[in-house]
Amino acid sequence: MADIALAPRRAKTEIREATAWDQLRHNKNWLGFWFMVPAMAFLMFFLAYPLGLGIWLSFTDTRIGRVGHFIGTENYEWLWDDSIFWLSVFNTLLYTSVASAVKFAVGLYLALLLNERMPFKALLRAAVLIPFIVPTVLSALAFWWIFDSQFSIISWSLKHLGLITQNINFLGDTTWARICVIFANIWRGVPFVAITLLAGLQTVQPSLYEAATLDGASRWQMFRFITYPLLTPIIAVVMTFSVLFTFTDFQLIWAMTRGGPVNATHLMATLSYQRAIIAGQLGEGAAISSAMIPFLLAAIMVSWFGLQRRKWQQGESND
Amino acid sequence: MTDLPAPKVDLKSILSTPARVDNSEGMSYLQSVPRRIVTLYIPLSIIVIILLFPFYWMGLTAIKPDDQLLDLDKYNPFWTWNPTFKHIHKLLFESYYPHWLWNTMYVAIGATVLSIIASVLAAYAIVRLRYKGANVVGGLIFLAYLVPPSILFIPLATVVFQYGLFDSPMALILTYPTILIPFSTWLLMGYFKTIPFELEECALIDGASRWQILMKIVLPLAIPGLISAFIFCFTLCWNEFIYALTFLQSTPNKTVPVAIVNEFVDGDIYRWGSLMAGALCGSLPLVILYAFFVEHYVSAMTGAVKE
Repeated sequence: MADIALAPRRAKTEIREATAWDQLRHNKNWLGFWFMVPAMAFLMFFLAYPLGLGIWLSFTDTRIGRVGHFIGTENYEWLWDDSIFWLSVFNTLLYTSVASAVKFAVGLYLALLLNERMPFKALLRAAVLIPFIVPTVLSALAFWWIFDSQFSIISWSLKHLGLITQNINFLGDTTWARICVIFANIWRGVPFVAITLLAGLQTVQPSLYEAATLDGASRWQMFRFITYPLLTPIIAVVMTFSVLFTFTDFQLIWAMTRGGPVNATHLMATLSYQRAIIAGQLGEGAAISSAMIPFLLAAIMVSWFGLQRRKWQQGESND
Repeated sequence: MTDLPAPKVDLKSILSTPARVDNSEGMSYLQSVPRRIVTLYIPLSIIVIILLFPFYWMGLTAIKPDDQLLDLDKYNPFWTWNPTFKHIHKLLFESYYPHWLWNTMYVAIGATVLSIIASVLAAYAIVRLRYKGANVVGGLIFLAYLVPPSILFIPLATVVFQYGLFDSPMALILTYPTILIPFSTWLLMGYFKTIPFELEECALIDGASRWQILMKIVLPLAIPGLISAFIFCFTLCWNEFIYALTFLQSTPNKTVPVAIVNEFVDGDIYRWGSLMAGALCGSLPLVILYAFFVEHYVSAMTGAVKE
């Protein structure tokens, strides 16, 4: 190897200038660009473009099979005076707030329970997650059957316990229908909240609890001053997702009630489907779904601040 | 030159060991048994029973004879002594159900494979190539994760129509990746970050191209992450409803969730048996997949949130 230095000779090929082709193949930025092409193409064509198109459609009078014309904010003005639209906004807010609050409470409680030492822990954890695995529509059908007006197993059980004398009209009565869909949503969402919070709980050092026990802390104090502060960042993220997906829920409602009875369970998403696809008023439906965007932005802001706080708490630099 | 014995390091096992497993008992020995029963076992079993009851009911309804389904007083509704496979038979041999199952599987696998390929490339580029603006792109992809299908389906329906994809499985295979790519990119970014930089540097010095590094070093080490991303995406596809409801029209083309809701719901009061059988058969493939990959599943779910 050492004789190379003693007998210098010309390399067989001269070192050439990097051509544009080499740049395209080896430059870090260009290489990054090529790697990003497939993902970006999908997201541009089927996400960013439709998102913009949706906002544009909401300012037109497009119908199925007919090109629309720009009509300004007429769709929104029409919705402003539409009591069904406001009812759906109210339903969505009610559905989201109640379901998210209960999901959070029950999910956190379930996570704390699953974090204890006990036999068959792994099996229990696996079983808890099943409602999250099974397609929402299929479990919603099971709930539809459970909440049937005549053959409901709940009515039957309550009658045999002597608590009621007549069948409860679960999905036919406005109040009951709301309770039922909210319950089904909670049932479906609790496993997600519980399992992700459990993952957060498992990162809390046991020594902190030992120290707190030595200091004479009660169980509530341990939860309030150790568990809860350490979990806040992950709670922020999980709850953002939970709120976001509850707010834009469609399939559960569609499978159970289709918005009925008398629009009592219509959410903004189901109403926009009904107006846009079934009634054919694409412009109006797009206006309803565009009206969800401000709420989504609010949820995203909360998530962003939640993430910021997490990095600060763990003392990490923003990598 | 003396040959140093190459240290045999099983990289895979090092990389896949959890950071720290704590098996200490903590403070739980301070609790008495009765107290544990009241504060732990009773609430836990109530919650688990509520979470699992709908599946029991679904399964039971699917195998009950019709007369027992509707007569709650003569028979105990919580059990049946003469199960029947009539509903399942009707489902599999007298309806389009096998078609629907096949469609769902086809769409789910197609969309998942496309998304995983796109996500692997994107995640690798964001984490390891670190081109100009990689962080911004990472943030944008996270934002894309937060855009729900319910605000996209109306404009997407017009787009799908323009491209001539209406009522074809391709419409779903091409639109589902918008849901899957953000999620799996984010998940894979987390996995790629855990792979030591030094390995790639060694390969670069040995003359490997970026493509070879990705295929021969990064991907084999990220297999757990790939499995997580794959099964999670598959489940999301199977679960997707609103796009399938909007973009598909003819009965044999539908996916299982849409078809069950639209085709099985008729005026027949005896529909419950076949409806529940359909729901059961539609859930079983996912539950079986889940049973084999519980850990991957959990890491997919928590990984995407933690990152």
